[in-house]
Amino acid sequence: MAKNKSEITPEVVAEHGLSTQEYQIILDRLGRKPNINELGIFSVMWSEHCSYKSSRRHLAKFLTKGTRVIQGPGENAGVIDIDDGDAIIFKMESHNHPSYIEPYQGAATGVGGIMRDVFTMGARPIALMNALRFGEPTHWKTKQLVNGVVAGIAGYGNCVGVPTVGGETNFHKGYNGNILVNAMCVGLARTDNVFYSAAKGVGNPIFYVGSKTGRDGIHGATMASAEFDDDSEEKRPTVQVGDPFTEKLLIEACLELMATDAIIAIQDMGAAGLTSSSIEMADKGGVGIALNLDKVPQREDNMTAYEMMLSESQERMLMVIQPGKEQLAFDVFQKWELDVAQIGKTTDTGRLVLKHHGKKVCDIPIAPLADDAPNYDRPHSKAPARDIIKSKDVFETQDYNDALVKIITSPNIASKRWIWEQYDRHVMTDTVDSSQSGGDAAIVRIHGSNKAVAITTDCTPRYVEADPYEGGKQVVAETWRNLTCVGADPIAITDCLNFGNPERPEIMGQFVGAIEGMNEACHAFDYPVVSGNVSLYNETNGQAIPPTPAVGGVGLIQKIDHMATLSGAKEGDTLILIGETSGWLGASIYLSEIQSSEDGAPPPVDLEVEKLNGNYVRSLIRNRRVHAVHDCSDGGLAITACEMAFSSNIGVHLDAAKNIPTHGWLFGEDQARYLLAVEEHSVNPIVSTAKGKGIAAQVIGKVGGERISAEGAFDVSLNGLRDKHESWLPELMNSTVKDAAE
Amino acid sequence: MKTAVIRFPASNCDRDAAVALEKITGRPTEIVWHRETSLPDDIDFVVIPGGFSYGDYLRAGAIAARSPIVKDIVRRAGKGLTVAGFCNGFQILTEAGLLPGALIRNRNLKFVCRPERLIVQNTKSRFTSKYTAKSEVIYPVAHHDGNYFADDATLNRLEKNNQVLFRYADNPNGSIRDIAGIMNETGNVFGMMPHPERAVDPVHGGTDGLDFFKSIIESI
Repeated sequence: MAKNKSEITPEVVAEHGLSTQEYQIILDRLGRKPNINELGIFSVMWSEHCSYKSSRRHLAKFLTKGTRVIQGPGENAGVIDIDDGDAIIFKMESHNHPSYIEPYQGAATGVGGIMRDVFTMGARPIALMNALRFGEPTHWKTKQLVNGVVAGIAGYGNCVGVPTVGGETNFHKGYNGNILVNAMCVGLARTDNVFYSAAKGVGNPIFYVGSKTGRDGIHGATMASAEFDDDSEEKRPTVQVGDPFTEKLLIEACLELMATDAIIAIQDMGAAGLTSSSIEMADKGGVGIALNLDKVPQREDNMTAYEMMLSESQERMLMVIQPGKEQLAFDVFQKWELDVAQIGKTTDTGRLVLKHHGKKVCDIPIAPLADDAPNYDRPHSKAPARDIIKSKDVFETQDYNDALVKIITSPNIASKRWIWEQYDRHVMTDTVDSSQSGGDAAIVRIHGSNKAVAITTDCTPRYVEADPYEGGKQVVAETWRNLTCVGADPIAITDCLNFGNPERPEIMGQFVGAIEGMNEACHAFDYPVVSGNVSLYNETNGQAIPPTPAVGGVGLIQKIDHMATLSGAKEGDTLILIGETSGWLGASIYLSEIQSSEDGAPPPVDLEVEKLNGNYVRSLIRNRRVHAVHDCSDGGLAITACEMAFSSNIGVHLDAAKNIPTHGWLFGEDQARYLLAVEEHSVNPIVSTAKGKGIAAQVIGKVGGERISAEGAFDVSLNGLRDKHESWLPELMNSTVKDAAE
Repeated sequence: MKTAVIRFPASNCDRDAAVALEKITGRPTEIVWHRETSLPDDIDFVVIPGGFSYGDYLRAGAIAARSPIVKDIVRRAGKGLTVAGFCNGFQILTEAGLLPGALIRNRNLKFVCRPERLIVQNTKSRFTSKYTAKSEVIYPVAHHDGNYFADDATLNRLEKNNQVLFRYADNPNGSIRDIAGIMNETGNVFGMMPHPERAVDPVHGGTDGLDFFKSIIESI
C-alpha cells in the first residue's frame, strides 16, 4: 500500500469514495491538487461515517436539551446529571459492517470503541448493553455470525471487566446480508470532572497513548459508508483487531491522569484514527495541529504517512497535555506499560501540518474539513400507508396451546440465555438486575450509593418498516416504558440509526419518517437525545435491511428499594392490566408466526396516554404497591404474562377476553400497556385511582400454581413451557445448518 | 484482621474483593501493586482477585504467577499466611504451584456467567468453618478457563486429605469430579473459580459468600 507516490487520477479519487463535486470543493479550498495523504484525509473526513452528510440536517431536528443534560450530541458521548455531583455518560454505536465481515473482531472492537467514547470523557464504564440483529436462523451464515459476535462481545467486555447487563437480539431475513451490531456503554463521572475534545492553547504538547499504529483498519470508515456485494469478504483486512488488555490499561491510566490537572483535551482514535481525532480536536478548539509522524509508535516497518493517518488500529488516544505536566503524563502511562509519545503540538495556523522523514507530507486548512463537509438534502419519499387490520379479520387459531408454544419458541421471543450467559453480568458487583431476570431494563447501582441507573435498548423494526413515523414513536416510547417498569425516571436516550442506502428516496423516506416520529416522542416525554450514531448503506446486492433505529434509554432510580422487576409475582397475587386493549394484530408477532404475514399498520402510539399510564405505574412502584411489573410488547399480553411467570417462577391464569376476539386479546400488541401483579388488598385502590385519572385498569387474572393458562384458550405447564422457551436457541446453535455455499 | 488484595494490570475483581473485605472486616484493605516485591509485614489474609491479570493471552495466570509480588506470596504462604484466589486468582495459584492441578478451557469452550449451586464438602477448614457440612451455597461463576483438571493420584490425595472444599451441584465447566474449590495440604491456601465476593450484598441476589469471609476472620 505504498500509495504516497500515487498520481491523483479520477480513478484514485473515485476509489476514495469522493464524488467529482466533492473533489472540486477540495481543489477550490486548497487552490491546488491534494497529494495522496491529503486526499485520504478529506476522503475519510467526508465519508458518510464521519461527516453524516446524508443525515446531519435531519439529526439537527432532535430534542437535545433538558434540565439534566450536561452535554448533548457533538462530543464523544452524551452527559447527564444524576444529582449528588454524579454524571452519567453514555452512547450507543454501530459496528455493523466489520461484524458481518469478521464477526468476532468486528463485535469486539465495537465494544472497545464505545467504551473509549465514554472513558475519554472522564467516566469509568459501569455497564455495557447491545442490540443485535441477525438474519433468519435457518440462513447458512447466521449461526456462525451469532457465535462470532457473541464471543467477540464477551471476549472484550469480560476481559476489560465491565458488566454486559442487557440487550436485545432479533432474527429476520432482512438482515441475512447485513447484520447489525450496536453496542452501548454507560459510564460514571463527576459533573466537575468531565473531559472534552476541544484542543485549547497554542504550543501545547500533543500526546499519543496506547497501542502502536499498524496497518489494520485502513479505510474502515469508508468501508462503513458503502454497500456490500458478494465480494465483501475481501474487505476483511480493513477490519480492526481488538486488544481488551490494552483497553483495560488505557482506562485505568486515563482515569488516573484525569484525577490530576494534566489533560487539556482528549479524544479517542476511533473511525479514521489519527486523522479524525486530530482534526476534531483542532476544529473544536479553533487551533492548528502540527504532527511529526516519525514519533508515532508503529507496529510495522516502513509505514507511510497515508497508512498512519488512516489506520484504525484500536486502543489509541490522543490528548493535549498542560505544558509542564509532560513528565507526569509519561509517568502514569509508563506505570501502566503503555506506549506513549509526544507527537506534536497545537499551533495558531488553523492548519493540519504533517511531517514524515523530515518532509512536509500534508498541509491543509482544518476549517474546510468540517465546515465544508458535504451536507446533502437527499430526496425522500414516503411509502403508502398500510391498511389497518382488524383482529376479527385475522385467522384465529383453533389450537391455542400450539399457538402459544409456537410464539414462545419463535426466534424473537425465545430465551436468549445462550447469549447472555457468555457475558460477565456481575463484575463490579453493582448489578442489581440484568438479562438474567428477562426484565424490561437492566439496573446498575451507582457505586457506594443507594441510587441506580436503569438502562434499556429497544427497537421494533417491523413497526418502523410498516410505518416509519409511528414505528419511530414506538421505539422511543418502548424505552421510556421499559425504564418506567423498573421504577426509574427516564432521562435521556442515545440512538443508533441503522438504515439502507440513503441515495434511494424510499430509504431516505424511512430515515426521515423515523426521526420525526422519534423526535415527537422525545418532546412528549421531555426525553432528549444526547448522543448517537448513524449507520447507512446497510445493503447487500441492493437489498436493504429493515429500518432499525435502535434506541438506548437511561433512567434514574433514586432509591433501589423503590424499584420493581417482573420477577416478584407471588402466589395469590392479582393481575391488573393498565392500558386499553383493542386486540391490535397488524404487524404483530402473532401474525408473523401463525400466519407468516408481516402485513398491516403497526399499533399506534398515543403519547399522552403513554405518559399518563407510565407515570401512574411508576408512582405505584414508588409507593410499593406492586409485586411485579412488565410492559406488554412483542407477543402481547400472553407473552408478557408468560415472561412474568418464568421470571417469578410461578403460574398465571388469564381471564377470558371481553368484547374482543380471543387472539386479539391474548396476542394483540396495543401500546401503553403494563401488566402488574399486586396483592389482593391493593386491587381496589389501584383500579379506582386509575379510573379517577382516566386510566384504563382492569383485573385480568391471578398468579399461582404451576400452570400457565388463559380462560377458553391455553393451559400448559409452567416448567414445560419454560423448557421450550429456553431450549430454542441452544438447539439452534447445536444444530447443523446446511451450508448453502457447499 | 489486616487484609490485602493484589492488583495486576488487568485484574478486574480487585475492587469487588476489597469492597467485600472492607464490608466484612470493617477495616480498610491494602491494594498491593503487582510490581511490589513484598507484602506488608502485618497482613493476615491476601486475596488474589479475578480478572485477566496480563490479558491471559498466554495460559490464564501464567505470567502473573511469575510476577514479583507472587514470588513473595509463595514465600509467605510457606510460612503459613492465609491466601485465597478467586477465578483468575485460582488460576494464578495453580500456575504458581501453590495449589495442585490446572484450570483448562471450559468443556463447551464458551465463557459462562451464572449463579452456581455449590456443595460445601469440608467445614473443618479456615475457609468454610461457618458453613454446615454438605450445605448448599450459591456463588456466581464467570470464566472461560474454569475446567479443573489433575491426575488421578493428585485427585485421590486431595480427597483423602479433605482438601476439596466445594463441589459444583450442576458442573458448569467440566471440572473433574465436580471440583469447584480446593485448599493446599497445610490448609492456608485456597482457590476456587466461583466468586464469593459477588455474594455478600442483597443486591447481588444472595449473601452466601459472607460466611466464607467470616470463617477466615474467625479462624485468624
